[in-house]
Amino acid sequence: MTTSVAIIDYGMGNLHSVASAFAHVAPDSQIDITSDAQLIANADKVLFPGVGAIRDCMVEIRRLGFDTLVPEMIKGGKPMLAICVGMQALMASSEENSGVSCIDVLPGFVNYFGDDLRDDQGRKLKVPHMGWNQVQQTIDHPLWQGIDNYSHFYFVHSYFVIASNAQQVAGRTEYHREFVAALSHGSLFATQFHPEKSDTAGLQLLKNFMDWDGRI
Amino acid sequence: MSLAKRIIPCLDVDCGRVVKGVQFADIRDAGDPVEVAKRYNEQGADEITFLDITATHEGRDTIVRTVEKIASEVFIPLTVGGGIRTVEDIRTLLNAGADKVGINSAAVFNPEFVRQASERFGAQCIVVAIDAKKVSSEGEANRWEIFTHGGRKPTGIDVVEWAIKMADYGAGEILLTSMDRDGTKDGFDVSMIRAINHVVCIPVIASGGVGNLQHLVDGVEQGGADAVLAASIFHFGEYTIPQAKAYMCDQGIEVRL
Repeated sequence: MTTSVAIIDYGMGNLHSVASAFAHVAPDSQIDITSDAQLIANADKVLFPGVGAIRDCMVEIRRLGFDTLVPEMIKGGKPMLAICVGMQALMASSEENSGVSCIDVLPGFVNYFGDDLRDDQGRKLKVPHMGWNQVQQTIDHPLWQGIDNYSHFYFVHSYFVIASNAQQVAGRTEYHREFVAALSHGSLFATQFHPEKSDTAGLQLLKNFMDWDGRI
Repeated sequence: MSLAKRIIPCLDVDCGRVVKGVQFADIRDAGDPVEVAKRYNEQGADEITFLDITATHEGRDTIVRTVEKIASEVFIPLTVGGGIRTVEDIRTLLNAGADKVGINSAAVFNPEFVRQASERFGAQCIVVAIDAKKVSSEGEANRWEIFTHGGRKPTGIDVVEWAIKMADYGAGEILLTSMDRDGTKDGFDVSMIRAINHVVCIPVIASGGVGNLQHLVDGVEQGGADAVLAASIFHFGEYTIPQAKAYMCDQGIEVRL
């Protein structure tokens, strides 16, 4: 049977990249970019993306009712992948836009990297954290299958997640400080990086997600 | 673990073909952009930049189709620049699969355009491309000025002040090209890169003048660039991307291998 993937569209950013990456790793799958709650609830797999400012994202997420649908689907064991601001939106709150409360499925917060950052040799560190950085896999997970530990993934973000439950951390990265690169909670896997822009390592993660039944 | 310095091959595209003008010589055909992009992706390029140098309106639709084709096969960040003047131009390219757009002369004519674009699409996809030449004389303090029209028209705008302003207006990244060095193979203008890097907190991509692998290292080590862009050394097979990365790695620079 054809696997269906719903890419949740709440009007923020461009979802074509992630759709074409899915089409590349799973050419026989049915991929919908949609804000239709029914279609999302019926899909085999769900992608929860996010780009841009968290306040604008949360306004649209609430308006479309995804703040209740997303936690329900996670509770129901549906395989879900959250990316970038999609992951941040699942935390309790973010300090972006002078403080925004988020969906609060995962305990933890979203903080700003800071201004005028320097590395230990005194060289300037730019914000956003933009480019390829290594991810240390902190747990075994079906989504890490076939991906070397410390592989590079593509990041673009100025805010990072602090997880209150260390057991949910699936990957870590370092930029000025150590931060959460990936989280795992039941049938939910979330990444701060963009697998759809992360070359072979990212495509392998997306393929693993397509092959995953949501169980760890 | 730290953030890798990016190596970005740049494709000048004219009417659907990759071209590269070699100074004082004719424009050499360097192939089909989709094939070239795939080759660089397989070699491990960290990002690919296209500069659309097509002059005609009809030709401009070609770049959109080219970006669509590349974006369905290449899964690393793609930046497209050249002739972008309106919010609609940006939307079309992002929808075609570009991750970032480069804004150059449109920013000079109307700086507010950068602010609008950044608010609309997010700073992460707005690259402000700056073409500059050194205008200070020997013995004077270094001073560079923005030039438009392929380096022919001076604008009177100081490059350091301009970079600060563009970062303030919401640029997510600066692509800094030395028009003095472009095509010369004499290396980057590292003092200009350093001057810009000193005043902005957003990533700076060094461009213009790469002739050998040590130049890439100099851009990072001396200029402080976050990424290095080159065209002809890669297009005509003088060096491959793995060679460039191996060389940079040997010099102690963090790269994605």
